Amino acid sequence: MDQKNIFDCSEEKAWCPGCGNHGLLEGIKQTLQELGKEPHEVVVASGIGQAAKLPHYINANGFNGLHGRSIPPALGIKIANRELTVIIHSGDGDSYGEGGNHFLHNVRRNVDISHFVHDNQIYGLTKGQASPTTRQGHVTGIQTEGVHLQPFNPIATAISLGCGFVARTFMGDKEHMVETMKAAVNHRGYALVDIFQPCVVFNKINTFKWYKDHVYKLEEDYDPTDKIAAFQKSLEFDDGIPIGIIYKEEKPAFLDTIEFLKDEKPLVDRDLDPKNAEMFMDEFY
Amino acid sequence: MDYNLLIGGSAGQGIDTLVTLLEKVLQRSSYYLFSNKDYMSRVRGGHNFSQIRFGTKTVHGHKNALDVIVAFDEKTVTEHLPRLKKGGKVVLDHSLKEDVKIPEGQSIYLPLKEGAKDLGNPKVFSVVLLGALINALDLDLKIGKKVIENTFEDKILEVNHKALIKGFEMDLESWNLEKPENTDQRIKINSNQGIALGALAAGVTLYSAYPMTPSTSIMDFLAANQKKAKIVVEQAEDEIAAINLAIGASYAGIRAMTGTSGGGFSLMTEALGLAAITETPLVVANVQRPGPATGFPTRTEQSDLSFILTASHGEIPRMVTSIRTGEEAFYKTANAFNLSEKYQTLVILLNDQYLADANQTIKPYDFSKVSIERHIAEEKDLPEGDYQRYRFTEEGISPRIIPGKIPGKTLLADSDEHNENGNITESAEMRIKMMDKRMKKLKALEKEVEEPWFMGTDNPEILLVGWGSTYGTLRETVEILQEEGHSIGALSFGDVYPLPKKTLEEKTKGAKKVINVEQNYTGQLAKLIRQETGITFDHSILKYDGRQIALEELIESVKEVL
Repeated sequence: MDQKNIFDCSEEKAWCPGCGNHGLLEGIKQTLQELGKEPHEVVVASGIGQAAKLPHYINANGFNGLHGRSIPPALGIKIANRELTVIIHSGDGDSYGEGGNHFLHNVRRNVDISHFVHDNQIYGLTKGQASPTTRQGHVTGIQTEGVHLQPFNPIATAISLGCGFVARTFMGDKEHMVETMKAAVNHRGYALVDIFQPCVVFNKINTFKWYKDHVYKLEEDYDPTDKIAAFQKSLEFDDGIPIGIIYKEEKPAFLDTIEFLKDEKPLVDRDLDPKNAEMFMDEFY
Repeated sequence: MDYNLLIGGSAGQGIDTLVTLLEKVLQRSSYYLFSNKDYMSRVRGGHNFSQIRFGTKTVHGHKNALDVIVAFDEKTVTEHLPRLKKGGKVVLDHSLKEDVKIPEGQSIYLPLKEGAKDLGNPKVFSVVLLGALINALDLDLKIGKKVIENTFEDKILEVNHKALIKGFEMDLESWNLEKPENTDQRIKINSNQGIALGALAAGVTLYSAYPMTPSTSIMDFLAANQKKAKIVVEQAEDEIAAINLAIGASYAGIRAMTGTSGGGFSLMTEALGLAAITETPLVVANVQRPGPATGFPTRTEQSDLSFILTASHGEIPRMVTSIRTGEEAFYKTANAFNLSEKYQTLVILLNDQYLADANQTIKPYDFSKVSIERHIAEEKDLPEGDYQRYRFTEEGISPRIIPGKIPGKTLLADSDEHNENGNITESAEMRIKMMDKRMKKLKALEKEVEEPWFMGTDNPEILLVGWGSTYGTLRETVEILQEEGHSIGALSFGDVYPLPKKTLEEKTKGAKKVINVEQNYTGQLAKLIRQETGITFDHSILKYDGRQIALEELIESVKEVL
């Protein structure tokens, strides 16, 4: 075990032994420590699901909201105080299924938050139903004849929507995961990181070994600023899944696009005075 | 003096322009006015109208009997002629002469279209009409000119200026109206704008919403001023996002609000529970329209009360307050922010289309009466060690901090049942303690709610009971029936939940007949009152056709059950 991390938290974890979430939690703590963050400067937001329990197990501010609704509160938090580092940890069901609409529109909004999706291609909390990323043909207790729906491709979707930071990593490669997480947190804008993790109980197909055998690191000379190449990469899956920063583009983050707030102090630090609003009554005379 | 003028036509004909300009001229001529809008859910065509009721004393609501109909089309005449008083007038364009039948001596045909055409811009039709009306109403042309100057610019101003004169010079015979004596300065505002202004006074820093009639005008006003106020007005991808976004912002320490109508509110209900269990302060406005589902998008109803009282699964504390006037819209909204932070709770403002679209002349808002009370804990208020967001305290409210502001202190908000730290728990004992802690807020709110307004005879035999937007009409009904010698009074509730009971119990005791007056099918306030006090009603006057009950209608309905 590494030396003590200031983000460590003594709360007992309700995850199964061997669950990929454990490694992911260690990864994010290491990431934040190495980035020199302090617990009070960080907010970890989540929805509902196994992954979404993460705010309970890290010594930072947390907002554990509703299923599918991890992003909107995170957006609100960032708007209120742009000095906070806002990170979302939620699962593939929460992020792409129940919360799909928020995912689409917050990529467009480009708010400066990192969204770490614990992608185990299955529903864990509700015991083994298909998630949006479950592959076709995968048999579950509900999808008894195998999944009919085409899998959701978060990487291709994010690139097509103009996401400025799109990455994929695997919790089984801690160094890769931490480096990817760091780059995401440092990115100014919405950063999506789809993180493969096994569900040891409910996904017997996409196991730790399966991921280990299927992922490959992007080539050294891969250029993540080439959108067309990135899109091509995003389509690779069955014959090897690329991990790393697949697409990157600098663009103004949401709060930087609001001209009149650009040079303001964080909204939360504003002094409020009713008298300041009196001028807005003028038009009614 | 009390004069009632209807302006009607199809959408896109320019009736709104005329209404806005004429209202402004009347306001600046020191008349009191109350105007309401009846419009269809379409951008062009159909039949829309506004009624402007104005006088030399405060006008509280709308009524049916018309002194003047200003008709942009034939439909306006056929639709509203039955409501025209004897001796009332219909003002309309020459070109409609063939199409309409108006009793002898009541029609005033004017060459309005021709006039606008002469000026080379058919769009100035409304302003030609304005000029004609200013003359007939004995208003000051100078005020008319000023209003035009405030509204238009450059070339458009020039042609409208000419149009105004052209109309004025049509030299309509004066309708001999009494002049107002009280020339105190007033503002003309609708209750949605009052809500928005109240929110600004209270320091709202984020307003997130999804457009939905009739709530959108709150967002419109805030958005129009966002740059100057330096606030964020965010159009969310849906109402679920809108409310969750506001909750996140409030958690992080700014004053945030969301607003919606009908279906949008239905979508928000899960998050109401989120605000409650995370004890995040939140102000939500629901501007009611008739449901269910899409219902009547542009019409009015008071049918969300029962729903709002229990909206969200599980049991949560909340305060529900309804808006009765444009004046209190402002103060109530500002106060809602204070209460929501004091008790870390949800405050729901209930408005409806009728009042949201009704312009009223009122005393300017007194911003010095608004205070901002945040109730945010500082480091010195906290015990040593880890911060506990949901710490049990004697007064029942846990000290709330803002994330990021105190080094070494972090907070965890959780939608699961949780312990004092905010961590998930399944303990039966903790569940009971947390439920008790949250629900106890209702007891505290009982002390905050305002008693209903009482109007009329001291211990009336007949007691009318209503809430929200029916206030003005209840008030005038009582005044008229009192004058006719009836022992009658009315209670108008603003704060409805927790239900203030004192005045209600006092006034119902002596009354022989207690009648609820509501714009819904099931008598939702009466149900609430029965549930909370056991008091029952002898009669109900219920209207659910999407149109607000008019003064004459209410008087007649009351007389039927006397």
